[in-house]
Amino acid sequence: MSDKHDKHKSKYTADRMIPGAFEGETVTRRRFMTGTAHTAGAVAAGAFALPALGFALGPIFKSTPHHWESVGPMSSFTEDNYTPVVVTLTAGIGEAGETTVYVRKFNPKIDTDPYDRDSQYIAISSRCAHLGCPVRWVDAAERFICPCHGGVYDLLGKRVGGPPVRPLDRFYTRVSGEDVQIGPRFSVNSELRRFSPRDPGEPLDGIGQYLYPSRPSAQKL
Amino acid sequence: MPKLPKLPAPPLPAALQGPPPRPGERNGKTGPLQDAKEAGITVVDWVDERTSLSGAGRWLMFRKVPKGTNWFYTLGSATMFAFLSQAVTGVFLAMYYRPDASGGAYESIRHVTNEVFLGQFVRGMHKWGSSVMVILVFLHMGRTFFFGAYKYPRELNWVIGVVLLILTMVMSFTGYLLPFDQRAYWATIVGVNINGTGPLVGPYLSDFLRGGGEFGATTLSRFYAIHMLLVPGLIAALIGAHLYLVAKLGTTAPPWQKAEEQHELLEAEV
Repeated sequence: MSDKHDKHKSKYTADRMIPGAFEGETVTRRRFMTGTAHTAGAVAAGAFALPALGFALGPIFKSTPHHWESVGPMSSFTEDNYTPVVVTLTAGIGEAGETTVYVRKFNPKIDTDPYDRDSQYIAISSRCAHLGCPVRWVDAAERFICPCHGGVYDLLGKRVGGPPVRPLDRFYTRVSGEDVQIGPRFSVNSELRRFSPRDPGEPLDGIGQYLYPSRPSAQKL
Repeated sequence: MPKLPKLPAPPLPAALQGPPPRPGERNGKTGPLQDAKEAGITVVDWVDERTSLSGAGRWLMFRKVPKGTNWFYTLGSATMFAFLSQAVTGVFLAMYYRPDASGGAYESIRHVTNEVFLGQFVRGMHKWGSSVMVILVFLHMGRTFFFGAYKYPRELNWVIGVVLLILTMVMSFTGYLLPFDQRAYWATIVGVNINGTGPLVGPYLSDFLRGGGEFGATTLSRFYAIHMLLVPGLIAALIGAHLYLVAKLGTTAPPWQKAEEQHELLEAEV
């Protein structure tokens, strides 16, 4: 018996002494049917499971459009103190989509960090960089203070105490006609260098910017 | 053609014959009470003949338990009943709840609490029952740990139990947002951001939970769907697996229970 007709090695079912084998058949009908049934089942399951999974995970990969919002005339903001304004981050959900932003005019005496040179107005987010509670500007202390876990920030939004891992986020600002407008958010590291917006609790100094990468859903302007 | 003599009919096979009369009813006429009794038995028999469920029921319910079994062994059942209570009250709360982030959610909860008949009671059961369930889960876990009931061959049941513990925590976390008051909103902001502090995957997990980069209109409905559809289904299925393993493997004796020494055998060995 030649190698081709070896009982155990031949690819032909007839040579392997399988009952009911056809001449030239290499896959038994039983095996073919099993494979077909499994494939059909996998296709059917995939047909609903994959779109559903994509539907649930889709928002992770979707970028949100930037929008600018007027917060008042230029005259309503001073160089040496913050004015709170309310802007809408998410439209359509009422108060839950709004947030407070602290705005003041650019002050060359205190805004000495190189990354701030081109801003006319400084807009500091009230979202604490620890876990996202709303910080409040306390005029007498010249500090931003968080009610939840005691985070404290100075006039520039840099951390001076408590658990926060980076300075307060900022918003892009621009002047349109007489109005000051607030744009998209950005995050800063301890040198006030700009990064795409990160969630609270994510440090940006050293290895932090790589451990907590920029996401498609929150991009820098 | 002459008519052939008719043969007597063969007797009915045993399966088709009626049940033999019960003791004491051989000659009496069956009254309505007797009929009612029979009806119940007949229905149960009809179902059992087609499903054999009574065997499964006996296997599950009438098990041998070790000597020394005590009240601590009821903590698992207590947890399951806490879950059932949450499931039932949750279903009825869902009849009133609206996952509408622009104010409808808070308004619907206020309506349930203040205006619906027994609404405050049912909502209170759901709200406080969630804490009861978490406490019972931990007590049950502690019982299992201190009695050594996680050891071979019950390791898989411990693993399922830990998954159930995590799912219970997911229920607590997602349910906390639903009243959509200040406490719910800020607790969820903080909770999602704690998720986000996980390196590399954390930021994406936060986006998944929120349904985007910011807290939005879909966040509340996402939490609602996870809270009332996804996780309860998983919990119910895993409780089934948990119970199956309990019935299959049996329970352990408490650690202070000593095995009875078999003196005769020991003497024979010497």
